[in-house]
Formats: sequence, structure tokens, C-alpha cells
Amino acid sequence: MEEYKIEMKINGERLVATTQADESLLKFLRRNGFFEVKCGCEKGECGTCTVILQGKAVKSCITLALQANNKEVWTIRGMEKFELGRKLQESFVQYGAIQCGFCTPGMILVAKAYLDKNPIPDRKEIKREIAGNLCRCTGYKKIIDAIYAVAEENKKMN
Amino acid sequence: MHNTRFLTQEFEYFVPHTLSEALDLLFTYQDKRTKILAGGTDLLVKMKTLGIGVDYLININEISEIKNVELDKGLKIGAAVKLSQLEKMKAVKEEYPALYEGITSMAAIAIRNMATLVGNICNASPAGDTIPPLVVYGAKLRIVSKKGERVIPLEDFISGVGETILKRDELVSQVIIPEPYKDLGSAFCKKGRVKADIAKINLAVGIERDGDICRDCRIVLGSVFSKTLRAYKSEEILRGKVIKDDLIISAAKRAAEEIKPIDDVRSTAEYRNELARVMVEDTLHIAWERAGGKRW
Ligand SMILES: Cc1cc2nc3c(=O)[nH]c(=O)nc-3n(C[C@H](O)[C@H](O)[C@H](O)COP(=O)(O)OP(=O)(O)OC[C@H]3O[C@@H](n4cnc5c(N)ncnc54)[C@H](O)[C@@H]3O)c2cc1C
Ligand code: FES
Ligand code: FES
Repeated sequence: MEEYKIEMKINGERLVATTQADESLLKFLRRNGFFEVKCGCEKGECGTCTVILQGKAVKSCITLALQANNKEVWTIRGMEKFELGRKLQESFVQYGAIQCGFCTPGMILVAKAYLDKNPIPDRKEIKREIAGNLCRCTGYKKIIDAIYAVAEENKKMN
Repeated sequence: MHNTRFLTQEFEYFVPHTLSEALDLLFTYQDKRTKILAGGTDLLVKMKTLGIGVDYLININEISEIKNVELDKGLKIGAAVKLSQLEKMKAVKEEYPALYEGITSMAAIAIRNMATLVGNICNASPAGDTIPPLVVYGAKLRIVSKKGERVIPLEDFISGVGETILKRDELVSQVIIPEPYKDLGSAFCKKGRVKADIAKINLAVGIERDGDICRDCRIVLGSVFSKTLRAYKSEEILRGKVIKDDLIISAAKRAAEEIKPIDDVRSTAEYRNELARVMVEDTLHIAWERAGGKRW
């Protein structure tokens, strides 16, 4: 099968690699060592494979690696480079929003992409935004609390 | 069970930068299993779970001609425009509320960031959430091929479950939505099992108001037949009449009789009939109020 050379910026660093047309972005990232991108349902339902592509949250299992060619990708590992990313991570810890942790990368990335554009959402809006990310452990309340706490902090700073 | 891990199939991938390049590819490979990739949120899932075979995949996301929305006497929405882009537009939210409600009822943001309006239409699912609103607004599709173009009403486009009248060398380049009548009230309603779920029933209605009279109307339901269904007889009850509660109740009852739902994993036919009646009634009320009509 034909090999395609692709290039992307992952967490701010350039990666040049090869892929095949049938490789999902999820598989590509994991093959290149980005194991923080989790693999769950593999069909767009659970959200644990979420990455930020060109500033927007997308599900990497139903995106082809080729669709990310020449684009910018962020995974949970890159979040420490952003103040908002760090705040969310700390808030998740503080509020006990992590149990097994399998959903956490996706949750934080969706929250980051959303808060970047809407810094002060209410709880209902947060709930709506994470609707595509499943968590089997926490019952969601603590996750919403953790994201809301960051929103509250943003409000104070405004 | 299929292995959903990988897309275990070989295909060739193209990223044309102009529409004519894409149409050349479609023309050249029309005898092969050639597919257009817009957001991929239906196609890639089907390739994974149903094992749909593809030889050539044409990604249309880098074609600048189809990436924008024109706001001139209505809306012209290019085939590569993402749903999340549309839901942010003031014109969509204010002038086409049923479309706005349909889009925001769909999936989650990470899906809507990839998915397109045209993809939802071409996927031709009876549960497609943007189709009833678009039929209410009288949307048309611009269909292009190397040989030319044609514009056809969306209502005539879908021919069955997953089936359209598109020829193998054609693609849909644009959705054309006319300017709404000044006193049009429209609304969308969907019932799923949970939020962001595929619909058990979805529907959209539009009422054009002239004083106390319904000058024209459309009642369009999804997930109740092999394709989106217009409740013509129910519309007939309202058209040209002074709108009163009892009229809305009988129109809703008639709509529930017109649909042909099936039993499936999401619901039973019996439940869908009952649900449709209640949903049509509620949604007609909302649309009438939005049209500026009085509640009786
Ligand atoms: C988790 C999840 C939840 C979902 N929830 C909903 C929901 O609530 N409601 C709903 O309606 N849908 C839902 N969907 C389905 C899907 O997201 C939508 O139908 C979406 O709008 C499809 O758009 P796309 O751009 O991703 O299409 P693609 O997958 O890229 O394409 C769909 C089909 O249309 C064809 N096509 C695409 N563009 C063109 C074109 N320009 N010309 C000709 N053919 C074309 C493709 O070849 C393919 O056959 C969901 C999907 C997932 C994975
Ligand atoms: S693994 Fe991608 S959404 Fe579940
Ligand atoms: S913490 Fe276990 S899935 Fe969310």
C-alpha cells in the first residue's frame, strides 16, 4: 500500500513521518509514541481519543492521519504549555474529577478548546460541551465542578 | 462483530484544491468505488464498522470554493462548511432557528467541528437532523459534475435509506436556502434516548402567518419512514385557516396518522406514533408564536 509522507506540528513540535491512507489520526499518534491519546470505542462515540486540531476539539479515531497533514495538533501532554491547560489539570486533581483517568485527556482537551473561546460558561453549557465524552467512573459531577471552578476563576479575573 | 480497531482496507487518497480537480477525479474514477470525504463522521465510521469498501477517497476540505457561506438573499452554504461554523452564525440562529436547533441537537462539539451540512444530507439517513429543517425552508442543492450543473430541491434528492439521486461523477457543491417569508415561524424538535443522541423522531415545522391566518405551512418528520416525510394532509388542515388550538390538535393527530414508522433498536412504531402527535402539537405552537401569532 502506498506510503504518504506527512508533516504536522504536535504540541508545538514538528513531526515528519509516513502514513497510509487508511490510518486514523489516533493510530498514527499512538504509533509515534503519543500514548496519552487514548483509544476507546474507535467509532466517535466516547471521546477519549479527542485531540485539538487547528484549535478545535476533534475525535482522532474518526479522522484520518492524512487529514491532519500540515496542521497543528495538541494532545494532553502539551497542555502544560498553556496557563488554561495547567489550571484545568490542577482543578481536575483538586476536585477529584479523575478516578481511573481514562476519560481525562479527552475531557480536559474539550474543556480547553471550549474555555479558550468562552471563558465564562455556566454549568449547563459545560454539560453540553462534554456531552460527547463518556466517563464510566465519576458520574460527571466532579468533572463539571472542576471545569466550572476554572470558569469561576476566569470570571473573577475579568 | 467487526473489528473496529483499524480501517483494514486499501484505498488511494486525494486532496484536490479546486472544484474542477475534484470533478476530474470523480469523472476518472466513476467506475470504481470512489467516495467523497467531507467530515468523515459518517463515512469513516461506516468504513470501520460496516466494512464499506472504498478504492478512492477524495477529501474535499481543501477546496476553497466550497468553504464559505454566502449571505445574500438567503444562505448559500458550501459543501466543506462545518456544522460548528454554521451554529455560530447570527443569521442561522435568528433567521433559520429550526436549522440552528437541528444542528445543535446533533452529537457533540468534537463531531460538529468536523461534520458538514452537506455530509448530513448526502448520508441520507432517515434520522438526519438537518434534513427536516432544510425541507421546511425549501432548500435546494447545487449538484455539479465535469459536464455541468443542476439545482434540485432537497425534497427530491433523497430516494431511500442511504440513497440519493446523485450520479457517480457528481457531487453536491452547495446548499441554497431561500430568504424566509417575513412572518415565518419555524421550530425543530427531537426526541432521543439521551441528549446528543440519534433521534427516535425529529421534526421541523414552519408556518407563514398572515394576520390570524396560516398562509402556508410545512410539517416535516424524520425517523418515521425510509426518508424524511412531509405530512401533507396535516399541512392541509392548517393552510388558509385561522389558527386556533383545536386546529393545531387535529393537525398533530393527522400527522401521527400519516407517518409510517417501524420498530427498531431505538423505539417501537406504536410509541413513535404517540410521540409524533405530541411533538407536532408542541412544535406547531412554538412556530406559531415565533411567527408572531396569538395563542388561543
Ligand atoms: C458519535 C456520533 C454522533 C452522531 N450524531 C448525530 C446526530 O445526532 N444527528 C445526525 O443527524 N447525525 C449524527 N451523526 C452522523 C454524522 O455526524 C452527520 O451525518 C454529519 O453531518 C455527516 O457529515 P460529514 O461531513 O462528516 O459526512 P461524511 O462522513 O464525510 O460523508 C457522509 C456521506 O456523504 C457523502 N458526501 C459528503 N459530502 C458530499 C458531497 N459534497 N457531495 C456528495 N457526497 C458527499 C460521503 O461520500 C458519505 O457517503 C453522528 C455521528 C457520530 C460519529
Ligand atoms: S475512541 Fe474515538 S471517540 Fe471513542
Ligand atoms: S475517570 Fe474513569 S472513565 Fe472517567
